[in-house]
Amino acid sequence: MTNNPLPLKERMQIQRHSMPAQLPQERVENFNEVNQGFSLELAREEAQRCLQCKDAPCSQGCPVHVHIPDFIDQILADNMLGAADAILQDNLLPAVCGRVCPQEKFCESQCILGKKGQSVAIGSLERFTADSTAADRAARPQGELPAPTGKKVALIGSGPSSLACAGDLIRFGHAVTVYEALHAFGGVLIYGIPEFRLPKSIVAYEVDVLRRLGVKFEKNVVIGKTLTLNELFDDQGYDAVFIGAGAGLPNFLGIPGEELIGIYSSNELLTRVNLMKAYQKEAITPIFDFKDKVVAVFGAGNTALDSARTALRLGAKDVHIIYRRSEEEMPARHEEVEHAKEEGVQFTFLAAPLEFLDNGEGWLKGVRLQRMQLGEPDASGRRRPLPVEGSEFTLDLDLAVIAIGNGSNPLLRDAPELQFTRRGTLEVNPQSLQTAKQGVYAGGDIVTGGATVISAMGAGRQAAQSIHDYLSQL
Amino acid sequence: MFEIINKTKIAPDVYRLEIAAPLIAKKFKAGQFIVLRPLDTSERVPLTIMKTDPQAGTITLIVKAIGLSTRQLCTLEKGQAVADLLGPLGKPSEIEKYGTVVIVGGGVGTAVAFAVAQSLKEAGNRIITISGSRDKSFVILEDDLREISDELIMATDDGSYGVKGFVTEYLKGLYARGEKIDRVIAAGPLPMMRFISDITREHKTPTVVSLNPIMVDGIGMCGGCRALVGGKIVFVCVDGPEFDAHQVDFDSLMRRNNAYRGIEQEKEHACKLEAEIEAVQHDQ
Repeated sequence: MTNNPLPLKERMQIQRHSMPAQLPQERVENFNEVNQGFSLELAREEAQRCLQCKDAPCSQGCPVHVHIPDFIDQILADNMLGAADAILQDNLLPAVCGRVCPQEKFCESQCILGKKGQSVAIGSLERFTADSTAADRAARPQGELPAPTGKKVALIGSGPSSLACAGDLIRFGHAVTVYEALHAFGGVLIYGIPEFRLPKSIVAYEVDVLRRLGVKFEKNVVIGKTLTLNELFDDQGYDAVFIGAGAGLPNFLGIPGEELIGIYSSNELLTRVNLMKAYQKEAITPIFDFKDKVVAVFGAGNTALDSARTALRLGAKDVHIIYRRSEEEMPARHEEVEHAKEEGVQFTFLAAPLEFLDNGEGWLKGVRLQRMQLGEPDASGRRRPLPVEGSEFTLDLDLAVIAIGNGSNPLLRDAPELQFTRRGTLEVNPQSLQTAKQGVYAGGDIVTGGATVISAMGAGRQAAQSIHDYLSQL
Repeated sequence: MFEIINKTKIAPDVYRLEIAAPLIAKKFKAGQFIVLRPLDTSERVPLTIMKTDPQAGTITLIVKAIGLSTRQLCTLEKGQAVADLLGPLGKPSEIEKYGTVVIVGGGVGTAVAFAVAQSLKEAGNRIITISGSRDKSFVILEDDLREISDELIMATDDGSYGVKGFVTEYLKGLYARGEKIDRVIAAGPLPMMRFISDITREHKTPTVVSLNPIMVDGIGMCGGCRALVGGKIVFVCVDGPEFDAHQVDFDSLMRRNNAYRGIEQEKEHACKLEAEIEAVQHDQ
């Protein structure tokens, strides 16, 4: 049964609709969201492209297994709240995921249409569904929750893994409290991903959804310092704990000159801009003056692109992405690479920094680089970059941003009973996500190292199920 | 939440604030710090804790109204609350029985110096404290220091109170009089800590400094508070704030702490201009 009025053949003749966006020359002047979202007409037409495959390979490709054909079918039935509910069953943060998920690696990569042409724009439809129902969802009464189980769960961190975990736990009937160290909730969604890609009002809305369901949010509490893990059980009376503390300290290149002024880690640049709003004139947290400056960003993930595009919006004249591999190996989301190119970010592939250069007063004035070539595949399966002898060259710079990933959060490392890998990530049972300590589960970047929002959410949901099973046996 | 229970002006622009923070008061160990935001629009400011009262559930901070956010903090009055307060952060000071420990405190660094000295005293050490101030008006915490010190040297740069001169001279004096010093703890302005470190290096005295770099989150996330210690990058918020003074690269730290000076002056200038324009408009 489907609400699609078109026969299969006609559906396949419709071209994929691209996301309406602010024009590149306009958007580099502001921090407003780049993507403008589908109109109802665009959403309907795009939804008509869906073949409603019985085995739903797109759902299989989704880390939280959203019933994608179902929600698309509800769009075609003009039942937007129904579409939203079809998503919300599996994913409580559709407005976030519709914006930041690398769909081309997950659901859309499995779409049958994509095998021969272009996949359905699932992410754009998810976003449309979430946005177009936001007001209605906020206004409607909350659905019935099961009778309280009397069990209490503490969630450490308020990023995507905890938010997903909280959504499931509260619907199992447990009492849920989310502890956040910072002054705002959302973790990387707040401090990491820029406003122009994920408006903070969207994150606040999603947190409010959970609050209305009964999840408690406590800020200014850092577990491991303000309260220890054991105190959560012994003094605060929690029956289980989920650790979603996220990524930790930024990695640095380990080359000479890295201590010069004018070099940010991407975490610091983005925290100043996103969490502390340093891009706003009235903000008190300072930031280096980017106006008319030449900036290099080292790295090629989403964080590197977010940093580069933030630098442009702060007024930089030239922004370079410098990556030691080639464009093919870039881990960033495809749309972000395209957007960055449109905005004028310059890409230098197959080059690695050797040394940052001092202007004589402790400030950065440039970087010495070396050309690279690709050799045999390494442990990551990507071709290993190898230096080309005698290929050194210099790039004059005013500012640099290092965006080459994070270690794991160090604050819980002293907690007794938890076990950490050599990389500093938490050891968990891969099925249950239980840590070495009974009743303590973990997921997201603190387990995997830097990954995606949706994988963290998948882990949060997986842990919620394990916690529920565990609590049911107590 | 985080109500200001007591506020006393103890020197020009320097305030002693007692703030309700029961969980932090219970957990605090000497050497640790907090990050606070006075108002919902303020930046995150790291401040060391002078002492806590676990029974009353309060922490005591010594704050100099020197930047935009510390000035905002010092305009709050008793009964008002700060917007956010997180802690206790950083590693506690290493407290052992060393023997004779010299504590050097300068400016508001005296607060954390006091906390560490108090714990070292309780651990059975003999405490010689050298407290440095610009002049008589800036002398702070004398009574507190006297209580935990076996010997207290109050020095002012101009000699308007206590003895005249810099703390470094009096540290040299202790060595000169043959004092066997087992450990030195210094907390204060970076130049002071560097000079102290240079002196104790000659005498091979283990020396610990409490660093105060620019910080944003304070919980091991942004990497803004990085410093070079022993040629390696450390993150003061989670690896510190105390480090082996003889390994610290003070030059790069001083540059990092001054990185925003020009920008902040511009911001302050703009703020003052706006306030003046508002005042003029108000008058009209």
